[in-house]
Amino acid sequence: MSVVGHQPPPFFKRGPAPLARLVFFVILSLALLVLDLKYRYLELARQGVATVLYPLQRAAYAPVDLYGQFSDYFSSLAAVQRENVQLKRKELESANWLLRQQHLELENQRLRELLDMKARQPVSGTMAEILYTARDPFSRRVIVDKGGQHGIAGGQAVVDEAGVLGQVTRVYPLQSEVTLVTDKNQAVPVKIVRNGLRTVLFGASGGQLELRFLAANADVQPGDSLVTSGLDGVYLPGLPVAKVLRVERDAAYSFARILCEPAAGVEKHGQVLILGSRDPLPPQVVETEARDKPTKGRKGKGRE
Amino acid sequence: MAIQPSHSSRRILLPVRQWFILFSLVAAFFLNLIPLGDAPGMPDWVALVLAFWSVREPLRLGMGTAFVVGLLMDVASGSVMGQHSLAYLMLSYAAGGLSRRILWFPLVQQALHILPLLLATQVVMVVTRLVGGADFPGWGYFLGSFSGALLWFPLTFVLLLPQYQPIEKDENRPI
Repeated sequence: MSVVGHQPPPFFKRGPAPLARLVFFVILSLALLVLDLKYRYLELARQGVATVLYPLQRAAYAPVDLYGQFSDYFSSLAAVQRENVQLKRKELESANWLLRQQHLELENQRLRELLDMKARQPVSGTMAEILYTARDPFSRRVIVDKGGQHGIAGGQAVVDEAGVLGQVTRVYPLQSEVTLVTDKNQAVPVKIVRNGLRTVLFGASGGQLELRFLAANADVQPGDSLVTSGLDGVYLPGLPVAKVLRVERDAAYSFARILCEPAAGVEKHGQVLILGSRDPLPPQVVETEARDKPTKGRKGKGRE
Repeated sequence: MAIQPSHSSRRILLPVRQWFILFSLVAAFFLNLIPLGDAPGMPDWVALVLAFWSVREPLRLGMGTAFVVGLLMDVASGSVMGQHSLAYLMLSYAAGGLSRRILWFPLVQQALHILPLLLATQVVMVVTRLVGGADFPGWGYFLGSFSGALLWFPLTFVLLLPQYQPIEKDENRPI
């Protein structure tokens, strides 16, 4: 028996060494990161913790809410009167269209029946209020005050009075998280109203939007309005999304750089409408399987 | 174990209470949750308080606490799971390791030690998110660390307040 290998008796037990603990927790964090970013396995755990944290979050929102009410109360009468006059004028302007809309919808339905076309989907919606911008500075998201308890589901489109605002990406029991169209990872299939050109709109930095992968000679002009094309099965067709701000055509690149500005008040707070889910589009015809089989066979033969 | 606020101070502090550490963390969490929009230069209160207790009491506040608080912050702010926990973890490790050194300095130099730690915390978060495919939030994001370092002075005073005892002058006592 050797005495050399013996450690001195531990007087103060402190558990594993700091470095060992650090390595353990770093591996745990990295595992969580991969699970969440790559596989999205942690949504259920997130929902549970978020429900527990909900009272604290509401309490933290209280001072901001109080400040809003306070400033509302002292906002001048003149501002309210001006807004009232504006709203009345707007109502009169739209009355012409609204009064005839019912008639036109009926007529449209009859004509569609005559033409044997599929009826357009009726639109349902839930009013919601934007509470605050999510704290995460790496993405553009807002929190609205309606959640799973109010029948909101992930993937629903969110609009305001001027156009598309974004899409519900995460639903908590009493709140939900809306990713704005200006988020880098948010894509909206759109078409240009003037010529019907279909393309996809992405978020860009600085609260702007960008039409990517359009050829340098594509027929896009500043001032063109973009509406949803409805090809994605999420957004109803024809909702205004953005207006083209500037088109840069550089001969060195094969794509034009087209910047757009959102139609909706994306970076402002207020009331929004969460549209009901659309009926799913008919399933796409899968051709890849038929094509895959012979190649597999050939590979197998090659190995033999 | 009573510690002096700094090496030059003659005051001796009362031992810290565990519930006060917890309470200060909850308060910092609450401050972080207040939605102030995209106001630039808002400090990360939780990181600041974690750094403070990691420097002051490295044996009471460990990496496990930092990890759990980070996870809660991830859920509350809607970011990727593991982003805050990884960053806070490293902050707690570095602050705990440097604890003996930092406490030797007066407050100005302590704040100068804390600034790179807070910056490194933010850099860890930026790198995790950029690897995950997010957008760079702009250089204004890092202003939060500078305001955090400035807050080191009032924070030290406020968080040590329950540990101060009244000054009683006794000429015969050695310390």
